[in-house]
Amino acid sequence: MEPILTVEELSVRIAGLHILQGVSFTVAPTGVTVLLGRNGVGKTTTLRALVGLTPRNGEVRGTAQMGNRALLGQPTHRLVRSGLGYVPEDRCVFAGLTVAENLRLAERRGSTPAYDRVFALFPELDRRSRQRAGSLSGGQQQMLAIGRVLINDNRLLLVDEPTKGLAPKVVTEVAEVLERVAESVPVLLVEQNLAVVRRLAHDAVVLAAGQVAWTGNAQELLAETELTRSLLGVGSAEVHH
Amino acid sequence: MDAVILLTLTGLGLAALYFLVASGLSLVFGLADVLNFAHGLFLGVGAYATWWAAGNLPGAGPDGLGFVVAVAFGVAAGTLMAVLVELVLIRPLYSRTIEQVLVTVGLSLAGVALLQATWGADARPFPRPEWTRQVTTILGAQVPNGGLLLIVAAVLVLGAILAFLQWTRYGLIIRAGVENREMVTALGIDVRKAFTLVFAIGGAAAALAGALGSVYFGTVSPQQGGSLLIFAFIVVVIGGMGSVVGSAYAAVAVGLLQQFVNYYGTSGLGDICVVALLAVVLLLRPQGIAGKVATA
Amino acid sequence: MTEVKSPEAPSAAVPSELTTESTRWSRLRPFLPLAVLAVALILPYSTLHLPGIFEGALNSPGTLQLLAVCLVFGGLAAGYDLLFGRTGMLSFGHALYFAAGVYGTDILITRAGLPLWQAAPLAIVGGTILAGLIGAVALRTVGIAFAMVTLAFAQVGAILVARDFGGLTGGEEGLPLDVSGVPAGLVGVANTVNLYWLALAYLVVVVFVVHRVSGSPTGRVLAGLRDDERRIGVLGLDPYRFKLVAFTLAGGLAAAGGVVYCLIVGGASPHITSSELTLSLLVMVVLGGPGTRWGPVLGGILYMYLDHRLVSVGSSGAIDALPAFLSRPLSQPLFVLGTVFILAVYFFPGGLASLAPRLTLLRNALSPRRRG
Repeated sequence: MEPILTVEELSVRIAGLHILQGVSFTVAPTGVTVLLGRNGVGKTTTLRALVGLTPRNGEVRGTAQMGNRALLGQPTHRLVRSGLGYVPEDRCVFAGLTVAENLRLAERRGSTPAYDRVFALFPELDRRSRQRAGSLSGGQQQMLAIGRVLINDNRLLLVDEPTKGLAPKVVTEVAEVLERVAESVPVLLVEQNLAVVRRLAHDAVVLAAGQVAWTGNAQELLAETELTRSLLGVGSAEVHH
Repeated sequence: MDAVILLTLTGLGLAALYFLVASGLSLVFGLADVLNFAHGLFLGVGAYATWWAAGNLPGAGPDGLGFVVAVAFGVAAGTLMAVLVELVLIRPLYSRTIEQVLVTVGLSLAGVALLQATWGADARPFPRPEWTRQVTTILGAQVPNGGLLLIVAAVLVLGAILAFLQWTRYGLIIRAGVENREMVTALGIDVRKAFTLVFAIGGAAAALAGALGSVYFGTVSPQQGGSLLIFAFIVVVIGGMGSVVGSAYAAVAVGLLQQFVNYYGTSGLGDICVVALLAVVLLLRPQGIAGKVATA
Repeated sequence: MTEVKSPEAPSAAVPSELTTESTRWSRLRPFLPLAVLAVALILPYSTLHLPGIFEGALNSPGTLQLLAVCLVFGGLAAGYDLLFGRTGMLSFGHALYFAAGVYGTDILITRAGLPLWQAAPLAIVGGTILAGLIGAVALRTVGIAFAMVTLAFAQVGAILVARDFGGLTGGEEGLPLDVSGVPAGLVGVANTVNLYWLALAYLVVVVFVVHRVSGSPTGRVLAGLRDDERRIGVLGLDPYRFKLVAFTLAGGLAAAGGVVYCLIVGGASPHITSSELTLSLLVMVVLGGPGTRWGPVLGGILYMYLDHRLVSVGSSGAIDALPAFLSRPLSQPLFVLGTVFILAVYFFPGGLASLAPRLTLLRNALSPRRRG
């Protein structure tokens, strides 16, 4: 199968620091591909470069193709309109706006907003539509951040650490939702929680020191405790969580 | 008692002037991160365009409906100026904050010099309807009508901006963009269109301040915008950048403080108290009374 | 927060296939400032007339005074660049510390009757302490908010001076310096040359201090703050303290410039407290080249020169002959300077200092390459 996303020799330099140094990988057209690596290795930088959010003092080189569309160097709003959905780290819901306003913001002229899809996944958002997003719990904010992107049809979703800072029960809920989302749209996921990775991911790309250190089947990676430990610096106890 | 009422109302008149300038500054800063030194120029353009229209534009004049036409012309000129500044000068420097400030600094220097070159450095008498020169007696205090006109105008502008922000699609985009501009673009919205819009709103409000402020003072001069601008900046910081309601509260606080202290204390002491208030607010609450954290 | 680029000293990047001629040039280059300094030192002995550039001979008091003012602003711009170009801080209140030096000296001499040798250090120390205190509050904010807050504090200075609190400042009229407290060698038209040398000495001191600071470990931290403040925070260094040091030092240098300026113009007038003065410092630095050693100095000298000369050029026959819609704006120095400044931001982001390497590249490209 043709990959939905092909990244070649992606390099990002921010304020003189080489954060990514020639990263190449592909994302399968179905299911979840997980981007792994220790803290500060450039996972978030990769997603942000793909969606055109590298800071202005940064420099991006290389290519990234989504289908027949070149991503790098395009303004963010065009990339997103062409079907690249982005759920950022720390959720970034608009705290001063209501839930309904957060969702309404994502509506686009010329396409019908898929509220039924969003509310089927997150009935909570429908019930709380008049509540200010800032007063939602962390888990609810994450649901809103994902729901906001699903208002429109996407060809690929970039999701950055959706379970960060959430209670274990909520982590499971988020993982369930992402599993259902991934049935219809491919996802490139940055995730630290290996239990979630085990549950969702088919392919894995591991970054180390700004380069791709390992690619392959995510389940095979997690099965090899020593390899996981050397690549991600986590113990086997965590892996078998 | 009369003095207190008079000072309150003239203080509110001053506050109205500050608010008209600060509301646009605050929105422009909150959304686009542009510290707009050329905002005083929009005020100057509005004042001079009104002055010019009252004397030269057919249908406009210093009184009655003609005066309304003259002010409308001034506001239109200020709006046009603001839109042109955004499209031609600010937009090519998108997200280069410092360069944008530098360009507005250059524009404020060159623009004021141009006004001065065209109409001279000295203040000129401003055409105004007869009734704005008179006073209205409110609870025994003789309040100048020009000040009351400013207060009414500021309240209407506040209401209009809030309604716009609350009920329109672009209002929603602006409110979201003030919070997190990057995330607005990440939802597929070209936030730069909203930049042009806030410049237009800010330019219109500042031009109105220029026209009505000149009615209040009775004269127009090229430097008028500059001195108002500094207090408008203070109002923006105290109110919290990007918050129109915060600007309104802060404008009232600054206007009243200035008026009362200047009257009961030494002249000029009120201005200093305003800066002291700014320092206190910053020390206690770096993000201002309302709105987002005061960082760039 | 900021994106001020600092074009580094051009001489570092010398292509290997340079001609022998330009190799010699690059070897001589470090001595160029010394040569310019030597010329500046002996300049008052020259009776040369440069019609169109200066009105009188080079050693005439009028020309020397103009040059002295230019030199002081060259130094002021270099000091301001310590904040803007080297640390990335956009202060809109630098006029305050300069004014503290001017009014401090003037008031201490004229009103308190102190001799210059006491008044000058007091004014400088006072200006430095003022900068430290205000910096301590203003640096609680960053970026654009910092700009607004410094502007507001400087406005207090302008109000204090204009309203003449306590009858100290002379209000709108300004305060002429009582010269009885000043050494005879610094008073009178005949001694303008000494003031010129004093201004030159001030400029040399500022350039030296800024050069030493930016070359020191502190200077490297400041450059780090300019490029990315978070990185400095990650290193475990406190950005606030380093910025406060830079802010206070720049304030002290500006106050020292104020002392010299007060002596040159023989008093103080309220326009030096205005925010316009800070804005013109910013224009000088950007026109010259922020973050470079000589750019701000050149920018400051050139700006003040043009500001003075454009007034007389503006009223000259050549400009008057133009149609009114051209001649009127061109007779306003600020219109010309503001427009040039805007164009510079777009087309020469590195300022004058960035022109030199471009010219070098051009010359290298044009000259036939002799190898061997």
